Amino acid sequence: MAAKRATRSTRKSNASKEELLQYYKDMLLIRRFEEKAGQLYGMGLIGGFCHLYIGQEAVVVGLEACTEEDDKRITTYRDHGHMLACGMDPKGVMAELTGREGGLSKGKGGSMHMFSKEAHFYGGHGIVGANVPLGAGLAFSDKYKGNDRVTFTYFGDGAANQGQVYETYNMAQLWELPVIFVIENNKYAMGTSVQRATKSPSLWERGAAYGIKGEEVDGMDVLAVKEAGQRAVEHCRAAKGPYILEVMTYRYRGHSMSDPAKYRTRDEVQKMREERDAIEQVRARLLEADPKVEDELKAIDKEIKEVVNAAADFSKESPEPALSELWTDITIEA
Amino acid sequence: MATEILMPALSPTMEEGTLAKWLVKEGDTVSSGDIMAEIETDKATMEFEAVDEGIVGKILVAEGAEGVKVNTPIAVLVEEGESADDIAAPAAAPAAAVVEEAPVVAEAAAAPAQVAVDRSPDYPEGTEMVSTTVREALRDAMAEEMRADDTVFVMGEEVAEYQGAYKVTQGLLDEFGARRVVDTPITEHGFAGIGVGASWGGLKPIVEFMTFNFAMQAIDHIINSAAKTLYMSGGQMGSPIVFRGPNGAAARVAAQHSQDYAAWYASVPGLRVVQPYSAADAKGLLKSAIRDPNPVVFLENEILYGQSFDVPKLDDFTIPFGKARIWREGSDVTLVSWGIGMKYALEAAGELAKEGINAEVIDLRSLRPIDMPAVIESVKKTNRCVTIEEAWPVASMSDHIGSAIMREAFDYLDAPVLKCTGKDVPMPYAANLEKLALTSTKEVIDAVKAVTYR
Repeated sequence: MAAKRATRSTRKSNASKEELLQYYKDMLLIRRFEEKAGQLYGMGLIGGFCHLYIGQEAVVVGLEACTEEDDKRITTYRDHGHMLACGMDPKGVMAELTGREGGLSKGKGGSMHMFSKEAHFYGGHGIVGANVPLGAGLAFSDKYKGNDRVTFTYFGDGAANQGQVYETYNMAQLWELPVIFVIENNKYAMGTSVQRATKSPSLWERGAAYGIKGEEVDGMDVLAVKEAGQRAVEHCRAAKGPYILEVMTYRYRGHSMSDPAKYRTRDEVQKMREERDAIEQVRARLLEADPKVEDELKAIDKEIKEVVNAAADFSKESPEPALSELWTDITIEA
Repeated sequence: MATEILMPALSPTMEEGTLAKWLVKEGDTVSSGDIMAEIETDKATMEFEAVDEGIVGKILVAEGAEGVKVNTPIAVLVEEGESADDIAAPAAAPAAAVVEEAPVVAEAAAAPAQVAVDRSPDYPEGTEMVSTTVREALRDAMAEEMRADDTVFVMGEEVAEYQGAYKVTQGLLDEFGARRVVDTPITEHGFAGIGVGASWGGLKPIVEFMTFNFAMQAIDHIINSAAKTLYMSGGQMGSPIVFRGPNGAAARVAAQHSQDYAAWYASVPGLRVVQPYSAADAKGLLKSAIRDPNPVVFLENEILYGQSFDVPKLDDFTIPFGKARIWREGSDVTLVSWGIGMKYALEAAGELAKEGINAEVIDLRSLRPIDMPAVIESVKKTNRCVTIEEAWPVASMSDHIGSAIMREAFDYLDAPVLKCTGKDVPMPYAANLEKLALTSTKEVIDAVKAVTYR
């Protein structure tokens, strides 16, 4: 199949082939995983709410490329991509989506609630905006301990209108917390476009009211995301306080599986997919530099397909949790 | 290889739908993300996208078909050179995708029984006692735990430089410095969330609310973020945090500053809820709360802050949760209370004794876990029970206790269980009305006389 010609940033980049291949692979894993999740939802294997990350892959992949050991991340309910990007097991994620014993939360959290102490992934939060002070709290713990670790706190353009976000901005700057606020602006808070929710010309600039630095980033260009991420990380590690990245992105699918997405035209979605797709941009960069890379890309496609299929199989084969699990993990008995 | 495309479930509640329109026809090539059909669900008309690449080999369900069950094959996708006719007709039955519901076994679904209760004394006999106010006891508990563990810190409004709005944190800033005694702006929702996040980051925060009335701004973090995360994470992520501050009515501060939240928080699985009365309990329970790996809601009382009680002089005095204290033994009626309700219970018991009625007085101390066995055991002996609390009467802790007594000691009861609670009104400001809105020693005496038929 001929590569679609994605319009890409004309910015020069000295990203190596290996680096680009890694981004391609990481983003493709999320894309294929989410497509499979959508399919399993359609088959009734996944229930309830299921918010897919398709279209937004460059945001988390670009920022994960800036992280170091023991950096932390926390996000909202649209969390599958973040978990895969920080190295959590696709099998465990998919089995959590199907509510099985092998899920990362033993089937008790579901799509919106997964955690990993090992990967420093702190959820998976279903209350819009609530993860923002929680993320600042994680950063508080690192500052308290006197290390230079950074917490990536992801939220959407919808959450950006919650009051607790600004309570958090205020304290984060006051206490110079090492937290990067990542606003994933995918243009729609469920069905309400950003323009219908605020007169603010931009979301990141609101940080200026608290003295927080920030910038807008092209979230469809993984290299642009990574470069901005590096500036933010450098700022935080140097104990200069928080930083805001408003990453302009787009979700191709509905807000959740049951969203008919009538608030935008099919053309709008198609245009983004065809002209701005993050995965196609990386693919185009690679092929432009070396047409022979096609074989490597095909090998990655195949590898990812196998990983995703294995995750799907595991998520079907893993048994439902034992009934006794209803009563465990409510409190820790000292 | 040919792939069956199944009627998708496109909402959490969809069981069947209408195949409104096909946007592809047999022979068309589709790739992942292409819209194949429009499907009407129980909620809306949804576009259905292809997941796999291939050629539409055969359309099995014509457009306009209504009541198509989820998981019915609706089309077959084939690869280049393959024909849908070459392959066996797809089975009409849905693929074995839907998980069969496991029958719920009654035993497995029953809550675990409460473990045996510790009835040992709180401290050894002969321990030297020191008269201490509740305020000092709380401060001492925090200071001792902060000395022992660097991850313990206090945050809240006016906790540091002002020395505490109610002076509970007096002296802590001087001893521990601004790193560990953190003044916050007036921003309960935000700092409660930061506290919970810090607890996940390996710290043990003590979050002070100037009063629990203001914690309503932060209740989402207490419940959704702190109480539920251990469960939602399959046991991985506990929240070792204490939320503390005065709760309930003070004096003449009117409706928005006078609510008792005991029953609200006690209804939440995942929380520990503590409401001490005496200074010794305040100290011993707060030390336990700070060490507890779970989120603890620690409900204090402004009126009690200045009252003095004997506190055992011990290097490390703690009281476990879920262990009631029997303040008075008696044979005629059981009075059950906690927090400031104990004041009425003890006063009433003193008065009643003069009339020859011997009340047993139980201080629950913690409400989740709750020492229900202590109550049941006592009621089996006295056959009568009156509960006392300051909160509103509807959906109260008293109701919870009353229902447990009915379930577990019904045959022992010689009278209905009565409750003395705050009245079912917002707290009035006027002195006379406020007095009327609270429960009182007289109400407790009257209730006891009613259940003892005197």
